[in-house]
Amino acid sequence: MGTITRTFANNITTSGVFKPNAFNNASFDNVTAVPSGAIESGGMVLLSTQTASGDASISFTSGIDSTYKEYMFIFNNIHPASNSNLQFQTSTDGGSNYGVTATTTFFYASHQENDGEAILAYKTNRDQAQSTDFIYLTGDNMEASASDASVSGYLHLFEPSSTTFVKHYMSNTDHVADGPYQQNNYSAGYFNTTSAINAVQFKTTSGNIDAGTIQMFGIL
Amino acid sequence: MSIALSLGNNLTTGGIFKPTAVNNTSVNNVTDFAGIAGGATLVLLSTQTASASASISFTTGIDNTYDEYIFKWINCHPASNDSFQFNCSTDGGSNYNVTKTTTFFAAYHYENDSSTFLGYNINADKDLLNDYQTINSGVGGDDADNSCVGYLHLFAPSSTTYVKHFIARGQHISQTPYTYENYVAGYFDTTSAINAIDFKFATSNIDDGIIKMYGVVKS
Repeated sequence: MGTITRTFANNITTSGVFKPNAFNNASFDNVTAVPSGAIESGGMVLLSTQTASGDASISFTSGIDSTYKEYMFIFNNIHPASNSNLQFQTSTDGGSNYGVTATTTFFYASHQENDGEAILAYKTNRDQAQSTDFIYLTGDNMEASASDASVSGYLHLFEPSSTTFVKHYMSNTDHVADGPYQQNNYSAGYFNTTSAINAVQFKTTSGNIDAGTIQMFGIL
Repeated sequence: MSIALSLGNNLTTGGIFKPTAVNNTSVNNVTDFAGIAGGATLVLLSTQTASASASISFTTGIDNTYDEYIFKWINCHPASNDSFQFNCSTDGGSNYNVTKTTTFFAAYHYENDSSTFLGYNINADKDLLNDYQTINSGVGGDDADNSCVGYLHLFAPSSTTYVKHFIARGQHISQTPYTYENYVAGYFDTTSAINAIDFKFATSNIDDGIIKMYGVVKS
């Protein structure tokens, strides 16, 4: 004990302040939280990560509230079980029903791998006019037969908890379409409701989601 | 003595604190872990809330600390039907009139499904002009639930070597009503540092909404 005390004393200045060698990384192993503002936080807070494995859909039914003014979803290598498109819808009743009325736009840039076609076009069969259907995030069917084919991208949902305004969203995805084509998809619009949106669901137009992750972030 | 014994149990033979010596309460008085970056790559610098505001300006914090700034506007509501715009300043906000050349294209879709559009808007772009740049063209203001949202990336505003590029994407509901998505990009044709930015509707007040400014860490 005397040796320890002497060594410990060497880790304190004559003013009684701990010297840097009084602590090492292990000293703080049991510190799991510090006062708010003590450590600069990131502007994006990861709230949830879900990994698909033969799932009919992926839903986020908690954590969407007034805590954040903006939520961002990132899709990473979503691979469908069958040729299909990725879609999403929202809910105002915690996920019991997904079918909020929306008006949306959809356009994409599409480029065939063999260079046979390269276009920029509005796609009227992928937009919605005051419809409660699921909303397209991809233009043409994802190619399921190629194991390396997938869709990645992001979706911004703005102030879902507002009870004053409609709820705007903007998305951008890139995927391998059956063909194969590379397609860069832009969808945006608004959910025409002043009820708070509190759940979001993603699914494919047919079949399961075989693989991939969807992350939900809150933006400070 | 009892305390000394307990303390001794919390020290290694080298006099270093064991994990049991420190818990959350131990750091209650620590207000700044200055050496810990916290893993932040997107740093929220400022949030401003509109309330019948003629404009919202950011006149501090735009410097060489970051090579990229991101501005986000959420549910900005005009006092009347109007376009949301922005401009930059090289004199700390005394004047917002930096010369710019820009592109503008958009997609829209009517709620009644009567019309869709994807195309370039030559009325909204700029060719070496210094007036405000539209980023949401024709936001509905008459209906209380109408608003606009979007984000703007401003790159290396403090550079004194290069022009200053920006990329923006806006989404809003127009009065008719229809959904309207705006894609705007371009550059401020100056090698002076940009150090302030101003957002406003073309002619009416910003009745409601917030605008946030983020810095993207360099490394």
